Amino acid sequence: MAVNRNFRTCPTTGLVFHEPAEKLMRWNAVVAVVALLIGGVLAIGVLLTRWQAVHLLQADLFYQFLTAHGLNMLVFWIIFFEMAILYFASSTLLRCRLATPGMAWVGFWLMVVGALLNNYAVLRGDSSVMFTSYAPMGAHPTFYAGLILFAVGALIACFVFFGTLVIAKAERTYHGSVPLVTFGAITAAIIAVFTIATGAIILIPTLLWSLGLIEHIDSLMYRTIWWGFGHSSQQINVAAHVSVWYAGAAVVFGAKPMSEKVSRTAFLLYIFFLQLASAHHLLADPGLTSNWKIFNTSYAMYLAVLASMVHGLTVPGSIEVAQRQKGFNNGLFEWLRKAPWGNAPFVAVFISIVGFGFLGGISGVMMGTEQLNLIIHNTLYVPGHFHATVVIGTTLAFMGLTYFLIPVLFRRKVAFGNMATWQAYIFGISMSGFSVFMMGAGTLGAPRRHWDISFAGNPFGYEFPATAWLMIALMGIFGVGALVGGAMYLAITVYSVFLGEKIQTPDFATVSAKRGMAPAPQPVAVGATGHGAGVGAWGMVAPGTFVLALVFLTSFVLYYFVNWKYLSTVWPLR
Amino acid sequence: MSAILPPTERVWWKEPLDRVELLWIVIALVWCLIMFFMMPYWHVYGQQNLANEAYKTSPEAFAKKADEVIAKYKVREEGPQKIPVVKPPAGSDVYLVARLWSWQPILELEAGKSYRIHLMSMDWLHGFSLQPENINIEVHPGYDHVLTVTPTAPGKFSIICNEYCGINHHTMISPLYVVK
Amino acid sequence: MANTTESNVPGDDVLEEPVPAMQQLLDNPFLLLFIGIAVPTVLYTIWGVMEIVNLPIAK
Ligand code: HEM
Ligand SMILES: [Cu+2]
Ligand SMILES: [Cu+2]
Repeated sequence: MAVNRNFRTCPTTGLVFHEPAEKLMRWNAVVAVVALLIGGVLAIGVLLTRWQAVHLLQADLFYQFLTAHGLNMLVFWIIFFEMAILYFASSTLLRCRLATPGMAWVGFWLMVVGALLNNYAVLRGDSSVMFTSYAPMGAHPTFYAGLILFAVGALIACFVFFGTLVIAKAERTYHGSVPLVTFGAITAAIIAVFTIATGAIILIPTLLWSLGLIEHIDSLMYRTIWWGFGHSSQQINVAAHVSVWYAGAAVVFGAKPMSEKVSRTAFLLYIFFLQLASAHHLLADPGLTSNWKIFNTSYAMYLAVLASMVHGLTVPGSIEVAQRQKGFNNGLFEWLRKAPWGNAPFVAVFISIVGFGFLGGISGVMMGTEQLNLIIHNTLYVPGHFHATVVIGTTLAFMGLTYFLIPVLFRRKVAFGNMATWQAYIFGISMSGFSVFMMGAGTLGAPRRHWDISFAGNPFGYEFPATAWLMIALMGIFGVGALVGGAMYLAITVYSVFLGEKIQTPDFATVSAKRGMAPAPQPVAVGATGHGAGVGAWGMVAPGTFVLALVFLTSFVLYYFVNWKYLSTVWPLR
Repeated sequence: MSAILPPTERVWWKEPLDRVELLWIVIALVWCLIMFFMMPYWHVYGQQNLANEAYKTSPEAFAKKADEVIAKYKVREEGPQKIPVVKPPAGSDVYLVARLWSWQPILELEAGKSYRIHLMSMDWLHGFSLQPENINIEVHPGYDHVLTVTPTAPGKFSIICNEYCGINHHTMISPLYVVK
Repeated sequence: MANTTESNVPGDDVLEEPVPAMQQLLDNPFLLLFIGIAVPTVLYTIWGVMEIVNLPIAK
């Protein structure tokens, strides 16, 4: 077997990088940030148009911007970044050479070409079909072709990831089981394979249809299969950012998972059930029975929600245990008060966990309840919900990871002092306000993807309640805050990567794996087992987290039944 | 050791759980089951459930039935495009046609009475969004979706389109009247 | 790790406790891959498509 393996050990973290893998991580991350930049610029137009007091763009431009914003953010930014995470979780964490770097580059370039082609289609102006591109509304063939190339590239990256797992096992670069973060990445990659396969099933016929080679695409079939792709891709994000949470807890606190068994079983529940929830997009559609809807939308009895609730407990729980072992063992919350509130990766991960759970998670379950969906479907509640999941949950977690990775991958200091910490607060808090007010407007019926809810000049107008307008204005204001936070991230990242202060590494050397590798990162010395090390209260190692979890549950239960109450007041329907 | 390193124990499956985790798993599982059974429960005891009744059909066939109903129950016309307003008898089948970018006919219903409303699109996807009730249903081309609806109180309502359907999506709106 | 290369004699861990079945499942990414594709394909995609295909035609 080839032994041409170049590794370097990061002097600050002790992480071991295979240079070809590292280069792939850098490039994927850079392209991801470019996509975020494009999506962010488009967000300005989208936001300032939906904020009707400003109403910036004309209708055609608005729908065009919205299509491109969705695609660049949801697809290109997130998935490029996830490719970097897959390489990190396999090659770096397993201290293993990357399988077939050449193929990985093929995948990367396919993704780049696909993303460009798709953006070109939207730029043409004849493909403002939203990222969902629901047939029979058709886009230019390059729209679908771009997405297909992108997906093929991503699939190749997934197989490089699985290949690296095989090599690591064969070459025994680790002992026993893979690290938990890698296991989370495996979960993400598995979901990705299903996602991409489903995408192929629907996008290839749609491409042929747009070329005139197929007569007809059925709208219901399209939506059913498309969401198997569209929603599953969001589940890749969930698995990926939960892994980033665990990584954050490990890196910032040296936290050990409370229990490998529980956390991995929770990921296993994701593998089994998470993807079924694609059905929650079809709850308001004809032609699918309630049996199918209820079973699938609930992830088979909410078992994947159970898994998320478990992760939501075990990540902060493991942080609490680590903090208590460091001596912050007083009362319920000393561990939290004494947390590093000035550390950017920590702040980002923390807001990501809280925002994803309280705002994204709870609202997601509401929309995913068969009957409650009736009072939510296609209102602004929906983008309100997913800006909480995919922006506060995923994007903010990735931002935190960036601040950790800039010194590691690019060997530059994060620029502008503690601006990164401020960025995490500003972005996280503004985005939370933005999502909440968007959901508020949606609860009052305001539709999503809509250029003018004042219906100006229409003989049959409708006037939304004044509160809805207030919510939209607040959404606009907080949205501007989020744009500022996003711009800060871009400024910090771009400046640090290209102009940041170089980190000197005097004893830097590339070692071949044959000569052995550097020692593993030093774990925190205290209380090696974590369990029962004399911390905690009430016979629990993490009582503070438990109290927080109960607060979460209480809000969840109350809000859930408030929605049923609201539903019970609308017209009877059967 | 930590989440980014392999587990220290070779066999970690048998490690005992802490009480926090165990308790939380049990609580969360119970809550998940409650949420699951809420849905079938509402089908039995609740009033608002989306109909499972749907048929495949063609736009022509659907439009024909809609026209028959309009011919029979038309009471007046409204708006610059002279959209017919129909007042069907309680319990009857009513056809609501969605197309780029209008709803037809305008319905006038009686409060407290039930109607079988058929929803279908002639072209692309549209969204039936009844305001201010806030009932939202996807409208497909080729699928006749039959809802049994009972308006509760008189008033003027609006059906707006909330599935993006092209450049004039935001103009697709129609009144719906509920009378005593 | 540097010392792992020395310990790769086959059978050097026969005396150790057997790995429980659940842990073996969790340690097998390809089995998980299979499950993760089969479950949604059957329960979501195939079931859903069958329902759509079997819808009655309006009279
Ligand atoms: C920087 C701050 C951001 C602002 C101010 C913002 C604002 C908005 C607004 C106003 C909409 C339009 C909602 C509608 O009319 O239906 C929207 C849609 C959307 N946004 Fe963002 N967004 C931001 C960041 C992001 C990020 C980071 C992501 C993904 C990672 C994202 C993903 C989406 C998606 C998928 C849509 C839906 C597009 C569609 O309906 O087709 N946004 N955003
Ligand atoms: Cu429409
Ligand atoms: Cu529309």
